[in-house]
Amino acid sequence: MKAATVTSETVQPAAHLRLVSDRAGDAAGIKLSGVSKTYRTRDGDVPSLRPLDFHINDGEFFVVVGPSGCGKSTLLKLISGLLPPTTGEILVEGEKVTTPHGNVGIVFQNALLLPWRNILNNVMLPIDMKRLPRQQYLDRAKQLLKLVGLEGFEKKLPWQLSGGMQQRASICRALVHDPRIMLMDEPFGALDALTRERMNVELMRIQRETRKTVLLITHSIPEAVFLADRVLVMTERPGAVAAVYDVPLPRPRSLDVMADPVFTELVQRIRKHFFSQGALD
Amino acid sequence: MAEPKPQNAVSKMLNAAWVRPFLFLVFIVVAWDLAIRLFRIPAYQIPSPGDVLAVLRTEWPELLRQSWPTTYATVCGFLLSALFGIPVAMLIAGSKTVESYVYPLLVFSQSVPKIAIAPLFVVWFGFGIVPKVISAFLLGFFPVVVSAVQGFKSVDPDMVDLARAMQGSRFQVFRAVNLPHALPAIFSGLKVSVTLAVVGAVVGEFVGSNSGIGYVMQRSIGTFDLPTMFAALVILALLGVILFWIVDRIEKLIIPWHVSQREDVIFAS
Repeated sequence: MKAATVTSETVQPAAHLRLVSDRAGDAAGIKLSGVSKTYRTRDGDVPSLRPLDFHINDGEFFVVVGPSGCGKSTLLKLISGLLPPTTGEILVEGEKVTTPHGNVGIVFQNALLLPWRNILNNVMLPIDMKRLPRQQYLDRAKQLLKLVGLEGFEKKLPWQLSGGMQQRASICRALVHDPRIMLMDEPFGALDALTRERMNVELMRIQRETRKTVLLITHSIPEAVFLADRVLVMTERPGAVAAVYDVPLPRPRSLDVMADPVFTELVQRIRKHFFSQGALD
Repeated sequence: MAEPKPQNAVSKMLNAAWVRPFLFLVFIVVAWDLAIRLFRIPAYQIPSPGDVLAVLRTEWPELLRQSWPTTYATVCGFLLSALFGIPVAMLIAGSKTVESYVYPLLVFSQSVPKIAIAPLFVVWFGFGIVPKVISAFLLGFFPVVVSAVQGFKSVDPDMVDLARAMQGSRFQVFRAVNLPHALPAIFSGLKVSVTLAVVGAVVGEFVGSNSGIGYVMQRSIGTFDLPTMFAALVILALLGVILFWIVDRIEKLIIPWHVSQREDVIFAS
């Protein structure tokens, strides 16, 4: 299996700064081989993603950072099956993705709760869409709400909750049908800095407890390093893999880890990618 | 928090929703009466409120009887415009092809004055209820379509993607996401539509009918019976208000979650 070959040659760092080539993956997890996406518009073809090859292991916390408009959101749509790739193929749990496969839970920057459904029914939306037995999943939905600290808010309508609480409810919605994979597109981008840090800790805890494979997209490098097992750095549009970094920080992590020299060095290292590219907006 | 002020019966009554417009109405009627007296406007130009009220009282059974055909035509026309307007809007919002073919023509058709073509319906459908219903439908149709198209189009594409990623079928996604999302806009269109449907029904009665409030107006103008004509206007206004109020009630029942209906407080985390 060919690794992501786009690297800066200057990398000769310590173990934790090692550029991780793609490990030969097992069938579980997500595998992209030669996946590219070109949008056809009236003004001609717009390349969004250059061919990507990487593998996300089962149960891994995988974070993608990249400049605006590098096709991160396209990546998410490709993996969830909402968009077909122009070339290449995507395997989720060993099966080729062609249409929405439902084995993902998605969290967007906005909580996107339906204002006419109460919190519990919003969380139950995937169950309704997939026509699964409602009664069976009702307990699970309540447990999830309890897990994120929203017990007692089941009957509230979304607008009665703060932004952070809404986003926690949308995480429950992404988990209720028990998918293997959670796709998160800048999930905390709309929250204030303090809430954001708290949500990061919370998300890490949720991932530990549920053992989901998480693909999270973010603009924040510290957030990426704090959360990730591995960080993928993308280039500017059309997006390609610039580098993949291991994050060898032990788990469970607390916010204190941000003072760890390994953490700061890694953040520095990743930041350099963007400065050499000249854009991080 | 400020202390709750002790409220006496008068200030409580002043706060009821219907009192203020009612007081304003009284003011207008008084001003109308005063103007007639002050400027000595002859009764054949503008009747005094007293005369109109007198007609309303004496002719009430006849006016009520005549208002049924108008109400019937209005409601039928309105229901038709909802019945056709919403699906047409769904098609326009759902397909770029349909939109490019239909929407410009729809706008174009609105520039044709309906009052001018209303006699045509009499030619086609005779003097019965049909031309009135069609005329009410034609006036009520457009606002429903325009608002509903806007409602269907304003749904967040991410929300639709989310539901699609959960393997919802097109119909399921539409029912769970698009339709409820469009309801507030649809209702604002329906509210405009219902008042316009009254106008449409009356236009239908103007051009060819032997019953209805429009017919009463036409007849009373012919005989310079202005108090009756004004009384008919009052009935029409009442009809419009009542129908509007009914749609408003239905809206409150169907979309209690919408911003415009909220009364509750926000919980902070």
